[in-house]
This record gives sequence, structure tokens and C-alpha cells, in this order.
Amino acid sequence: MTTPTTTQQKENLSQPDPSQQPITADVIDATAKMQAINVDAWFGQKQILKTVNLTVKPNSVTAIIGPSGCGKSTFLRCFNRMHELVSNSKMAGQILLDGKNIYDRQIDPVQIRRRVGMVFQKPNPFPTMNIYDNVAAGLRLTGTKKDKNLDDIVKHSLEQATLWDEVKDDLKKPGTSISGGQQQRLCIARAIALQPEVILMDEPCSALDPIATAKIEKLVIELKQNYAVIIVTHNMQQASRVSDYTAFMYLGELVEFGETRQIFENPKNKLTEKYITGEFG
Amino acid sequence: MINSYGFRKFKNRLFFILCAICVIIAVIPLASILLEVIIRGAPQLSLTFLTATTSRGGIGPAIQGTLILIGLTSILGIPIGVLSGVYLSEFGNNKYAQSLRTINNILTQFPSIIVGITAYGIIVLTLGTFSPIAGAVALAFIMIPIITRTTEESLKLIPNSIREASLALGAHKWRTTLNVVLPAAKSGLVTGVLLAVSRIAGETAPLIMTILGNRFFFQGLDKPMAALPLEIWKNSLQPYPEIQAQGWGAALILILMVLTINIAVRLASRSRMKT
Repeated sequence: MTTPTTTQQKENLSQPDPSQQPITADVIDATAKMQAINVDAWFGQKQILKTVNLTVKPNSVTAIIGPSGCGKSTFLRCFNRMHELVSNSKMAGQILLDGKNIYDRQIDPVQIRRRVGMVFQKPNPFPTMNIYDNVAAGLRLTGTKKDKNLDDIVKHSLEQATLWDEVKDDLKKPGTSISGGQQQRLCIARAIALQPEVILMDEPCSALDPIATAKIEKLVIELKQNYAVIIVTHNMQQASRVSDYTAFMYLGELVEFGETRQIFENPKNKLTEKYITGEFG
Repeated sequence: MINSYGFRKFKNRLFFILCAICVIIAVIPLASILLEVIIRGAPQLSLTFLTATTSRGGIGPAIQGTLILIGLTSILGIPIGVLSGVYLSEFGNNKYAQSLRTINNILTQFPSIIVGITAYGIIVLTLGTFSPIAGAVALAFIMIPIITRTTEESLKLIPNSIREASLALGAHKWRTTLNVVLPAAKSGLVTGVLLAVSRIAGETAPLIMTILGNRFFFQGLDKPMAALPLEIWKNSLQPYPEIQAQGWGAALILILMVLTINIAVRLASRSRMKT
């Protein structure tokens, strides 16, 4: 596995790196919050994403749907540069945040991740911290000085994540002591506390029961007042309920992208239609 | 049919009996050593024995020396060992670290007499004197690989999702390691450190070459010092029954110290099971 990757990297040195090349202005969508342009991604020799393009509007929810293994989670992880943390991974193309390429050499991925928050598939509160510290963790870990408003930020974040009323008397309890659905909302509060601009959600309800799922879905719709949300889901009903735009991916390619109603009621591509009607998936 | 069933049942029983016999064979020497040490050592125990100098029939200097050695060795060994383990676990995804890991595993089994000679060559000859520092360096050589390994292993048990949660908040890697990963692995780290301490507390060979032994209490970081394993070894070579008996007493104290540490390990690892 390692040897072919190194030869590939050597080849890349002789060629100009596509992620550093200037792009023609007419491709850039000035109204977009984030925009993926010709994104390719690999794990070792295996290509996961093939020239994917996607535009994310501010104050909207964009759903990425598709069968397992189609690359939707990998694609999502390119938006906050988490993809590159996996060993043997590689990425090409550009992703713009407010028109600036987040893969630019001068940019530290750490700055990007502070602006583009993420919620994972399985709730992952920090096991050694209590509920309060979990929400405050982002501010503390990124070295924000002791803030007198920390209490307010924690309260506000938990309120936004619709968790405050349930945990306001238990802030000193371990973050892992609450139920799975509450833990996931705690993780959302933790992401919100940093006041990011975009929130990425990687199948945030797949480990939750229907009631907890309904709460998270309601929350996702509320979140778009302040943030752009990109949500990966394998649940088509969920995509149709929460999103404004939907992208359908299959085998590493973006098959169709458009307004959610159009995708679900009047898909232009045969493959999308087959997936939506449940003929495969 | 009935015969073959009976034979299978017999084989089953035979297997159990074989295992039981082997356990008994394994336990006999351990139990007899422990019993012998208690029977011969217990009569020696008294306040004078624990606190007086050698010439007054006590092992006070040896107990003090062992405690000082454990302290000095821990100061040297714990930070280096833990941080090496952090390197192997958190940054060790390359060939260089892979060979380091192999070398470290060999070092955990290194003959302690060679470690002693090494410390003699490096420290004793340089300083021109036997000293607690030389002893601590020798014991740290033994302690570091053990702590490195247990640290790496307990950090690897921490699920990657916890690291990703921190990195996704925009935390740097060192912050993630220090504030998220290490606290989550705390009880595993404590267990590894305590096991390493109990291992070095009983080492004798490196001490012969480094601290030499002393009949008096601690005299300075550049003077020879006493220690329990040395005391046991020296007393056992003497022809006089009273002095041999003091050796038994010292052996009992050393075993009790190691036992205490092991109980602490149990308590530390039990709290890991809970969380």
C-alpha cells in the first residue's frame, strides 16, 4: 500500500498541484457560502471522489444522499479538512469558504475547523468532561482566554441545541451520563459554542431512536437561521424533511444536485429516480 | 457409542486434571518463598529494625535509600517514558517509529546487570563516585521502556472518535493529546507507572554497580547510598545468623512495598473498568 502512494506523490511533485492552481472567475458562485470545485479524493490507490462540484448557500440546509460507500462522508470531511487526517488519504481540487480556497498553502487547517464545525455519526462527548466543560471545550482547546461570558456562551449554546431545559440542573454531570439523543445535541451545542459559519453533520441520527431523531431534525431546520448546514444522510425521508437542497452521489460521483423538492418530485437523472423510488440502495 | 462417549468424558476430565496439576506446580515455589519470608522475616520487625542504622541492627538507611531511589528514578523516568509513549501512539504512524517500537520492546527485557554496567561507565566513572544519581539513571533505563509501552498501549485504547471530536473543534494536535487523550487514558497511565515502579524497586544488579551500599543514612547525592535489595544481597552473604535474619526482615519489607504498589494498581485499574 505505502509504496504505490509514494510513487504517486513523486509524480505529483513534477506536476502542478491542482489544489493550488488559480481557477477562472466564472466558475466561482459569489452567492455561495462554500463551494467545492472539481474535488477528487483517494484512500491509498482507491479513488473515492471523482470531480465533484457542489455549491452551498448561506442559511440553508444541503443534504447529501446516496448508498453506502458512495463517498458522501469522505466528501463531507473534505469541507473541514478532516479527510487529510486519515493516513494514506489524498485530495485534489478546491473548496472555497467565502470565496477563498481552504486548501491554500498559507491556510492552517486548524483555522478552517474553527469556522466549519462538525457533528459526527456517533455522539462523541469528551468522556472526562462534564456537560458544562464539554460545551466550553472548543473555546478552551483553541486557547481562547478565560472568558467572563463563558457561562453565557454555554447557556446560549445549550439553548440553541434545545438541550438547556433538560440539563440545566446537571451541568456538573459527566457528558456521557445522558442519553444518546441528548449526547448528540450536546455535541451540536459544543460545535455551536465556537460560533462557526458552517456546520457539517455526518449521519447525525443513525445511532438514535425515532424520537431523538425528530428532535435533531427540528433542530437542524432551526440552525439554518444562523448557519449553513451540510448534512450527510442515508435516510431519504430525512433529507426531504430537513433540507433545501439535495445532492445525490453514486460511486464517488455527484449524479444530481438541485432543490430538494425538484430532486424528490422531478429528478432529471434516471439513476436519481431509481434511488429515490427505492429500486436500489 | 456409550464407550466413545465415556472416553470423551474421560479426556475432558484428564485435561482439567492436567491443568490443575500445572497450576499447583507453578504456585508451590511462589507460596513457599512468601511463607518462608514471612516466617523468618516477621520476628525481626520492630520500630528499631525499621528505623535504626545498620550498626544498631536496623535497616533504616536501606528503606530510606530505596524510597529516595524510587523518587529520583520517577522524576527521570516518568516524563520521558510517558512522552515517548505519546509519540509512539499519537505520532508513530511511520517506519521510524515502528523500529523505535521494536527497540523499546527489546529494552523492556534488557538484562539489568548490563544496564548497571552502562550506568557505571557513564555516570560513576564520570563523577568519580558511586551515587544515588547513578543508581537512578540505571533504574530509569529499566523504567522508561516499560512506561513507554504501557502508555502507548493505553493511549491506543482511546477511540479515535474522541481525537476527531477535538480536532474538528479546531484544536491543535498537542492540545488534543494533552487535554483530551491523556486525561481519558489516565487510569491506564497510572497503572503502567506503578507497575514500572514496583519493577525497579526490587532491582539489585544495577545498584551494585551504581550506589554501592552504605551503613548510614543518606549522605548526599554524590555519596554511596543503601537500598533494600542491596541490603538483602549483602546480608545473605554473611556467615552470622543475626545478620542473615536482618536480611529476611529486609526481604519482607521489600515484598510488602511491592505488594502495596500492586494493590494500588488494582484500585487504579478498577476505576478504569467503571468509566
